[in-house]
Amino acid sequence: MKSAQRTTRPLALAVAALVGLPLALTACGTSTAASSSEAVTEISVMDYYNNEPDKSFIGDALTKCGTQAGVTIKRETVPGKSLISKVLQQSSSKTLPDVLMLDNPDLQQIAATGALAPLADFKISTDNFAEGVLSAGTYKDKVYGLAPTVNTIALFYNKDILDKAGVTPPTTWDDLKEAAAKLTAGDQYGLAFNANPTYEGTWQFLPVMWSNGGDEKKIDTKETEQALQLWTDLVKSGSVSSSALNWTQADVKDQFMAGKAAMMVNGPWQIPALDKQPTLQYGVVKIPVREAGQTSVAPLGGEVWTVPQTGNKARQAKAAEVVACLNSDENQMAMAKVRNTIPSKTTLADKFATENPKLATFTELIKTARARTGQLGEGWPAQATKIYTAIQTALTGNASPADALKRAQGQ
Amino acid sequence: MSLTTDLSQTAPRSTGKAAGKANRKHGRVADPQTEARTPRRRTRQRRERIFQWLFLVPAVVYMALFFGYPVVKNVVMSFQDYTTATFFTGEAPWVGFANYVTVLSSSLFSTSLLNTALFTIGSIIGQFAIGLALAIFFQRKFPLNGILRSLLLLPWLLPLIVSSAVWRWILDKDSGALNRFLGDLGIIDTGIPWLTSTSLALIAVVGVNIWIGIPFNLTILYGGLQEIPDELYEAGSLDGATGWRAFRHITWPMLRPVVSVVLVLGVVYTLKVLDIILGLTNGGPANSTQTIATQSYDLSFHEFKFGEGAALGNVLVIISLVFAVLYLRASRRAVDE
Repeated sequence: MKSAQRTTRPLALAVAALVGLPLALTACGTSTAASSSEAVTEISVMDYYNNEPDKSFIGDALTKCGTQAGVTIKRETVPGKSLISKVLQQSSSKTLPDVLMLDNPDLQQIAATGALAPLADFKISTDNFAEGVLSAGTYKDKVYGLAPTVNTIALFYNKDILDKAGVTPPTTWDDLKEAAAKLTAGDQYGLAFNANPTYEGTWQFLPVMWSNGGDEKKIDTKETEQALQLWTDLVKSGSVSSSALNWTQADVKDQFMAGKAAMMVNGPWQIPALDKQPTLQYGVVKIPVREAGQTSVAPLGGEVWTVPQTGNKARQAKAAEVVACLNSDENQMAMAKVRNTIPSKTTLADKFATENPKLATFTELIKTARARTGQLGEGWPAQATKIYTAIQTALTGNASPADALKRAQGQ
Repeated sequence: MSLTTDLSQTAPRSTGKAAGKANRKHGRVADPQTEARTPRRRTRQRRERIFQWLFLVPAVVYMALFFGYPVVKNVVMSFQDYTTATFFTGEAPWVGFANYVTVLSSSLFSTSLLNTALFTIGSIIGQFAIGLALAIFFQRKFPLNGILRSLLLLPWLLPLIVSSAVWRWILDKDSGALNRFLGDLGIIDTGIPWLTSTSLALIAVVGVNIWIGIPFNLTILYGGLQEIPDELYEAGSLDGATGWRAFRHITWPMLRPVVSVVLVLGVVYTLKVLDIILGLTNGGPANSTQTIATQSYDLSFHEFKFGEGAALGNVLVIISLVFAVLYLRASRRAVDE
């Protein structure tokens, strides 16, 4: 019995290996051959718009720009979460696509690797772009990425619920606390935001932190403490569900749509979903500031398009043409409209706001919106982790906002 | 060629008690005449030996490529300042034990280590106890036994990402099914913050992991129970060993080799659980469900500190290795017995 086992086991292993090996090898083999002498007829593009309707909108824009540049587009869309690991893999195997889309806070990390070409090399104009947009695309004084359209977050409110309660949309923190308390009744909360332990939680906190003069380089300051105190008060008083500690922005939207939250902090990408429910009447205002007179500073969201260093000058030139085309005035307006985002050139803002009144608040906010990586560059992920850690520590009552921030800053 | 060497070839090499006994019982002793080796037979054996090794080659290559290389790479990485730039430039300066020092001295490490221990121990106890109880329950013959048993395998078949998403809805404080259920029964007035209270989140996560682990325990233990011959129970019942006494004196001792395998495998699986925690809580609230595995993942793939992530990953590998060695010893004993 035993000796029989001993002889069959290696055989079984070998068979298992033979079955597994080809699978593994095909999974590894992703290379795009490129020779520099031939005329460029095709360029490869990678982005993370893998869901409809964005997938088609972006695809159409790419196809059009490709035609204009005289090339066909070979496009690959990957899920958002796996984009960075894929980019890192490709940069070590030197198989980066000709045109690469990146979420704007990730640009610094990739630019720091040296894998991207400065857009100035291709004489792409950076005129008229909003300051925040340019700083998001800039690494060490060189612009590496441009975003045709951008987004940010603001305060959505349910018109019917507010009217019924006789509440006007808040503009200051005191207003916000009062309104949220008044709007909390039964299983309906006054406000919903996301304070989860990811960069999303940090992103949602930035407007109150920045508007009050808080600084991401040093978070244990009075200004940031006041902002965190506001978030803590809202949860402690029950105006915001403690589930905020675990919600994503999509969960927050679901609560708002179900009428379980009278107001929410969220972005314009939720508008298509909100509009699918015609009974839902909503308005959008800037996120309240501590004192009247302060400017509401929102964080800049959106994706930048870059030209990786693939080593093939001819292909890079074509890739740059496509990136420039995506960022043309005409394309910015068209893409912003269908995708519920905001053109990134300030010169287009007023026209866009009058044509799309629903997005007027966001358009206004983009003018002063700040890039998350503007000050810290590659240091952003580490600091963003500290910020959400502090938020979670304070919101769970494990420490006062001041202590939570001090502890996180020293981490 | 002496008789003794021939005998040692045919008889089991390790003098396993059971096998030896069986041989003697059936009187199957090697006959020197038939077993005598001719030169031709010897070359055939050698050829067979070579073939055996050839068949091993793909497996060895496979193991080296897909298991050996990553492990070695991870060890090397943990001694380097490995950043995003390294991927493009290939440059990663050596930093000695700096990554280990940073990771082990961070204030989060003790939290993660404790959570990892609590998560693993809690999960294993729950999975094993419920799995064993169900396995014994299903030994009885009753209608729908087979169907029920296969239904219990469902948690095992679901992708972990799906399980965790569904459980996140069930455990939601305000609109979760569990709180609705408890509320309708009149047990609670306000929703219990299963996933957003620092004192409950770890318990909730362990609970979900127990649910996921039950099928594995049930299946393996049920298999182990089937191996125990009925005669033992019949003999035992004649001596008055039924119910609990039968379990204590027959089932448990006979099942022990399987139990040790299940437990050790369970520990190794549970130590590295990532998807469930990320899906349910992302390590929150306030790091109360952060384990070494999730922290290592965060360091590498969110903060891009690949060296530190690798160092922490290696700490986990070392802990797992201890249990892997235990597993190897346990499984060898199980086979021998």
